[in-house]
Amino acid sequence: MKQNKSLELLHKDYISHLQREKRWVRFYQVVIFFVFFSGWELASNKQWIDPLIFSAPSKVCELFIDKIQDGTLLTNLGFTLSETVLGFILGTLLGTILAAILWWSPFLSKVLDPYLVILNAMPKVALGPILIVALGPNLTSIVAMGAIISIIITTIVVYTSFKEVDPNYLKVLQTFGATRFQCFKEAILPASFPTIISTLKVNVGLSWVGVIVGEFLVSSKGLGYMIIYGFQVFNFTLVLLSLLVIAVLATVMYQLVELLERKLIKSD
Amino acid sequence: MNFLKLEHIHHTYFSKASATTALSDISLEIEKGEFVSFLGPSGCGKTTLLSIIAGLIKPTEGSILLEDRTVDQTERLIGYMLQQDYLFPWKTIEENILLGLKISGLIDSTKANYAFSLLEQMGLKEYEKQYPKQLSGGMRQRVALVRTLVMEPKLLMLDEPFSALDYQTKLRLEDLVSETLKSFGKTAILVTHDIGEAIAMSDRIFLFSARPGRIHKIFTVPKELKGLTPFQARNHESYAKLFQEIWKELESLEAK
Repeated sequence: MKQNKSLELLHKDYISHLQREKRWVRFYQVVIFFVFFSGWELASNKQWIDPLIFSAPSKVCELFIDKIQDGTLLTNLGFTLSETVLGFILGTLLGTILAAILWWSPFLSKVLDPYLVILNAMPKVALGPILIVALGPNLTSIVAMGAIISIIITTIVVYTSFKEVDPNYLKVLQTFGATRFQCFKEAILPASFPTIISTLKVNVGLSWVGVIVGEFLVSSKGLGYMIIYGFQVFNFTLVLLSLLVIAVLATVMYQLVELLERKLIKSD
Repeated sequence: MNFLKLEHIHHTYFSKASATTALSDISLEIEKGEFVSFLGPSGCGKTTLLSIIAGLIKPTEGSILLEDRTVDQTERLIGYMLQQDYLFPWKTIEENILLGLKISGLIDSTKANYAFSLLEQMGLKEYEKQYPKQLSGGMRQRVALVRTLVMEPKLLMLDEPFSALDYQTKLRLEDLVSETLKSFGKTAILVTHDIGEAIAMSDRIFLFSARPGRIHKIFTVPKELKGLTPFQARNHESYAKLFQEIWKELESLEAK
């Protein structure tokens, strides 16, 4: 009885220790946040850094309110966000489908192997000008940029994970007389979900790169357009504002993918 | 009529560097309801032979007749249990045991109920909705047995199914499997490198020699052991005698 009590106390201690640690981690995270922004503000005020180039949080904040009020920020944000999400989904989906085709036909995968390597090594943003001329300076070509930048790497990573699924799972299915499609559906695909999710995480970042570059080139609307416009008129407050908004959105998207991960991978 | 008949099976694996003969001139016959073991050192092609019998690999030469007909995988007459349970970790126990029925499109409520009753027999009823990770190694192997038996195979092949378990679990599971198979009157082939396990569980033991794999000698397990459970058999005096006999034979194989 007595021992039980002391054990309970120890457990309580342990839990409160964990909570204390968590609180300190949060504390320092907040400290870094404030030090960064107030340091930035101070340095800009005292002219330690060039306020024309580096602006200041207060100015960014003012501009933020301005742009919210005249509605331009939200419209631009809406464009960029929908392009990114579309490009991201397309890139991941097409990449996975391509990986499935390669898994289906080992012969095809042998044939295409060097081309995948070349396509992967090539900087996809260099295709931007061609895409824009081919598809027109509009949403389609920007989405295409967002997708194309992640599609090949998704194919390679997912295909590798398809190949690495323990062949004994397939053996189990084959003794049940499973077709190749059933093997894919019951074993290969679900076994690769963790890999697919982790490529999703990488693709979040990649799609933002693709879309922003696309908007640089098309230069008509979106956060990328705001950046390039701010650069051209030397309004770096605008550039920094767009950058901060992108950072927030990309983080939110990343968190959503993590949420999906917890939903999808039940067995852990 | 023999239940299973292998005639002059040869099998050769080809790789860029070499051609390796895994099996050479294997001929054997197994009666219905018999439990036989393939015993031998690693590299004697036991697992290859199982895959060939199951119709997963086509032998380079030779023929396999199950009830006087060639084996067609789509008929699912053969159940296969592997070294590890290979339960699908993302499926619940229920989904795992119904997998075979689902794949073959045979699923209906009678078959599903049969699956659940088997699960109950194995003492695992309350784990239906859990995931394999939540079960111990022995429990998982029992689920794998249910998954195999649900398909009502005519021939059951066990590829070292106990080798990944701890000793105590292994002994218990040997008894359970032996009893279950006997009660269903199933014909079974057990692949193992454990002499004791082969003696305790089977009616006949095929001793294989390695490189290339061929049948070296066939032992018949004495009658007095056959009626016993594997655990009791291990304590019988004839067990020790046969063990010594097989041991010597294995030694002489290695000396060659």
